[in-house]
Amino acid sequence: MNQKENRISKTEKKLENVSKTVFKDWKYAPSPESTEHVKIAPRYDLFINGKFVKPESKKYFDTVSPSTEKKLSEIAEAGEKDVDKAVSAAKNAYDKTWRKIPAKERAKYIYRIARMIQERAREFAVIETMDGGKPIRESRDIDVPLAANHFFYYAGWADKLDYAFPKTNPRPLGVAGQIIPWNFPLLMAAWKIAPALATGNTVVLKPAESTPLTALKLAELIQDSGLPEGVVNIVTGFGKTGAAIVNHPNVNKVAFTGSTDVGKIIQKAVAGTSKKITLELGGKAANIVFDDAPIDQAVEGIVNGIFFNQGHVCCAGSRLFVQENIAANLIEKLKERMESLIVGDPLDKNTDIGAINSKEQLLKIQEYISIGINEGAEIHQSSCALPNKGFFCKPTLFLNTSQSHRIVTEEIFGPVLAVQTFRTIEEVIEKANNIPYGLSAGVWTDKGSKIFHLTSKMRAGVVWANTYNKFDPASPFGGYKESGFGREGGLHGLSAYLTI
Amino acid sequence: MERIEVLKTYKLYIGGQFPRTESGRYYPLLNSKKQTLANISLASRKDYRNAVVAARGAFGGWSSKTAFNRGQILYRIAEMMEGRKMQFVDELMVQGISKSNAVKEVQTSIDRMVYYSGWCDKFQQCFSAVNPVSSSHFNFSVPEPMGVVAAISGNSSSLLGLISIIAPVIAGGNTIVVLASEKYPLCGVTFAEVLATSDLPGGVVNILTGKSSEIHSHMASHMDVNALLYCGDDKAEIKTISELAALNVKRVFVRSEKKLEKDEHENPYYIMDFQEIKTTWHPIERVGGGSGNY
Repeated sequence: MNQKENRISKTEKKLENVSKTVFKDWKYAPSPESTEHVKIAPRYDLFINGKFVKPESKKYFDTVSPSTEKKLSEIAEAGEKDVDKAVSAAKNAYDKTWRKIPAKERAKYIYRIARMIQERAREFAVIETMDGGKPIRESRDIDVPLAANHFFYYAGWADKLDYAFPKTNPRPLGVAGQIIPWNFPLLMAAWKIAPALATGNTVVLKPAESTPLTALKLAELIQDSGLPEGVVNIVTGFGKTGAAIVNHPNVNKVAFTGSTDVGKIIQKAVAGTSKKITLELGGKAANIVFDDAPIDQAVEGIVNGIFFNQGHVCCAGSRLFVQENIAANLIEKLKERMESLIVGDPLDKNTDIGAINSKEQLLKIQEYISIGINEGAEIHQSSCALPNKGFFCKPTLFLNTSQSHRIVTEEIFGPVLAVQTFRTIEEVIEKANNIPYGLSAGVWTDKGSKIFHLTSKMRAGVVWANTYNKFDPASPFGGYKESGFGREGGLHGLSAYLTI
Repeated sequence: MERIEVLKTYKLYIGGQFPRTESGRYYPLLNSKKQTLANISLASRKDYRNAVVAARGAFGGWSSKTAFNRGQILYRIAEMMEGRKMQFVDELMVQGISKSNAVKEVQTSIDRMVYYSGWCDKFQQCFSAVNPVSSSHFNFSVPEPMGVVAAISGNSSSLLGLISIIAPVIAGGNTIVVLASEKYPLCGVTFAEVLATSDLPGGVVNILTGKSSEIHSHMASHMDVNALLYCGDDKAEIKTISELAALNVKRVFVRSEKKLEKDEHENPYYIMDFQEIKTTWHPIERVGGGSGNY
């Protein structure tokens, strides 16, 4: 190092120390989003045939805010009889109205739903955050706008299907039974309902038991939109309710987003029937950083990859592969960045990481953290304080992990990142693909030819190069291998709901 | 004295080789007069597993050949079939097919291979997309082969059914293990000889002979197979393979062999059944300049 460089580096060090001491005690003032304009009823019934009806099961369960542990509302639990009613309503609507409505008119109903979500966007965002624990910044800027856009995008396809699948005469399937997870409650409802309606199917949708509120608010909105009765039915409940939908003989199509374990059960359950099925299952994505990558951007991408939505993301970049010669530097920067993440009240607009979705999920994450420690990996957590109430987890890194560790091979679905290093491209491709999952992957390098080599070698349905966790209604999403089959989003997302 | 005919030994085709079944078992193929036409290898679960190893080993090379090159190789297969036309016709006839039907079946088979040869470097353009996302990213979706496909032929034909299974699967860059028709196995073995002389790398296509009733569940439960294609009509077998497929989330397709000779069996959607869609994102940096109103 020559003298000049030496001087510059000393100055940089000094500045860094100054910033560390000056900014250390800086705190953001609380900036909570108001919940006053939000209407949550004390009790929600099932949405069947255009009306909210009491469950035949007579059972209700509580939905709780994971950030306050307070009960928000109680929700009807649909039993087999209720599911049967919902499927009959959907079949009836399919036979008598929906399949007969001209595609152009069908489109207009879907456009209406899109617009009404936009009008009520803030209310949906606040409820999403209250019920699911995700930061308001994410529900406001990502979940809800994307949900509205998804309806808007698919609305326009309704009368253009012949152009998507030439020479096939595409036809709807009938009643679509749809089961969605708790990590993006409204967005997943939109991903399921919008393409199903655009292609002329009717719907029975089951939201997750821990996050039913925005789907039920969507049911209210659908009522307001004037969509013919029975075209969309929303039944709440647990796994048993989902099973009743999957096994109902009048369901023609099953669409499921959730864990690989449950996906396999569903695939087995519909075996031998004529039901068409799509599965969007778990993942354990490799996020690969080469030594020629823009390091600061890569660090942002790693953070976004694993800590977005508390890591409750099937395509989360939960396996980090760093090229060995930059590992020390990158890990130091990553740890520093983790220190600046604000964990806490999800309704606060400054919050980066909100509440873990449920107590059950928090326990599962904590169990994996202790598994990681017991396996001999080196743990690092942000030093942030956690709120006294609610379900929270510190952003967590595991260093010195290897391919055989359970925290490297199993989906944790939380803010826990397993870090490995690599030397050569061959090595990292081998390691990245050596897993039963294949949903997504990330690649960070400044070299174009390397990007295309890596993106084409990743056995995964979505590959982000120099970016991560980006979603769009026009962009097909879905996995290879045990991450499921079928695509959601874009032109390719239509075929799941059509006979072609 | 009349010349004594040299009879052919019908064997399996695995990894570019012609092994007998490791099990040493066979089943006799009889003609309508109950005379033995040939002793057909009765492939075992172990043969199948060996074939999957060969298919997996060949997948990387086959899928990364240029699409144009794959098209040439499929066309070469058609050329080799043309040269063996009469052999196929004879074999169909000894299996009880009339001469005119046999000739038609062979011609259609060759033409079907040429048809799919042409798709090798074209279906990607029909089924890819540049997606107009709302953020500053370049985003595109392309088909990629699924991997190793296991297939079971039905009993409606000896040659055409097999060609209709194999051609779209390999045109898309997959490798395949296929169980030839149990009732009409002869052309399957001869077709393997065509493949062996067609520049097709060993292991891309592996052909077994045997009984679906015995091997279908093993085919469906193998954990290194990505997709299944079933062309028989046994409902119980369909249910079993669909259930076992869930073990590793295999994609399952059941296809009818009705009207095999018709053009409806020639379409790129049969190729797309065995393709994954991969979507790639990359940021576009707004570096200034180029206002767009030039």
